[in-house]
Amino acid sequence: MNALTTLAEETQNPLLPPIPELVIGLIAFAIVFFFFAKKLLPNINRVLDERRAAIEGGMEEAEARKAEAQQVLEDYRAQLADARHEAARLRQEAQEQGAALIAEMRAEGQRQREEIIAAGHAQIEADRKQAAQTLRQDVGKLATDLAGKLVGESLEDVARQSRVIDRFLDELETKADATAETKAEAGR
Amino acid sequence: MSPDQTLAFETDCHIFDGCGFPAPGLHSFTFEPIATIGGFEFTKPVLLALLGTVVVMVFFWAAFGKAKIVPGKLQMIGEAGYDFVRRGVVYEALGKKEGDKYVPLMVSLFFFIWMMNLWSVIPLAQFPVTSIIAFPAGLAAIVYILWVSLTFKKHGFVGGWKNITGYDKSLGPVLPLVMVLETFSNLLIRPFTHAVRLFANMFAGHILLLIFTIASWYLLNGIGIAYASVSFVMVILLTMFELFIQALQAYVFVLLACTYIQGALAEHH
Repeated sequence: MNALTTLAEETQNPLLPPIPELVIGLIAFAIVFFFFAKKLLPNINRVLDERRAAIEGGMEEAEARKAEAQQVLEDYRAQLADARHEAARLRQEAQEQGAALIAEMRAEGQRQREEIIAAGHAQIEADRKQAAQTLRQDVGKLATDLAGKLVGESLEDVARQSRVIDRFLDELETKADATAETKAEAGR
Repeated sequence: MSPDQTLAFETDCHIFDGCGFPAPGLHSFTFEPIATIGGFEFTKPVLLALLGTVVVMVFFWAAFGKAKIVPGKLQMIGEAGYDFVRRGVVYEALGKKEGDKYVPLMVSLFFFIWMMNLWSVIPLAQFPVTSIIAFPAGLAAIVYILWVSLTFKKHGFVGGWKNITGYDKSLGPVLPLVMVLETFSNLLIRPFTHAVRLFANMFAGHILLLIFTIASWYLLNGIGIAYASVSFVMVILLTMFELFIQALQAYVFVLLACTYIQGALAEHH
């Protein structure tokens, strides 16, 4: 017990800092502080900055890639839409052209048909007229010949001059026409 | 009891042996010098302080010495600690712009104090260096000198005094009283509490650990063994508690340092 009290007396007030320890503590801390401030923290800060730059760089690159991909996609979409549009336009055009072509062909055919028909009609008319002419001449000649044989002389020149036969034939024709008309009317 | 302090207490003293409980006390914080160099007593706390300095430096040299962009395990731990102080304490209190200057000081303060506290529970060392008032006092003095000089540097002589005395015209008649109290509180109480808060926590923690550690040994006799086991459980629990307090006190010390600097830089109204 005695020893303990002596020891307690030896110990100084715990709130009074002993100078040697104070100095040692300050020196120790100063060493740590300067080591941190001059060497370690600049070191780690540089690395942290580099890391942030690397991460940000990576992110920026990814962002750029993404934008590029988006751009390409949009381009493709635009191109696709253009192509579809173009195809639709061509199809439409072809349809229109086809329709026009068909209509043209049909009109041409119609025209040719009418031409042919008209030509046929004209030909028939011409043939008929020629036939009628020939027939009239032949009938006149036959009649004159017949009359000449009956009379005994040629009446050809007289007949020709007087156009008797023609007149006769015209009369016949009109009569024939009239009878045909009446017949047609009676037939109705 | 011999003044031998290689161990914290007498080993041949047990209950029922007619030997009183060798209670820890102030004498537990004085050590026989390991060596005396020219009148300077090289004691265990001094040895631990220097060793702690080396440990902190070696650890962070290993972590940050060859820092890589893709960190290793040790660097990751170091970065976590560094970031905790930098963002969690300094930027929180001072902002990034103002705070950046004080990051090295605060980081080194935090890890230095934490290491000094940690000695308390490290086997064989088992003594918190910061329970010797000289160590916290020195660190508190650095912070004190820093914030006082910052106050005058920032606000000039008159402005600095206004800041320290809490001068505020709108207070009217109580202003003199406020100024006296503020000056007293800021210039005298503040550095004292700053140092003593850390010191007393570590001092008390060490005493607590000692009481139960000594008791665990002292009670190892006859029926006392049952009590000794309880005491030993307390040692384990208190060791874990101390681990928490050690980190907390280092944090509080650094946080207060930042707050003082913030107050010094703040505009007085």
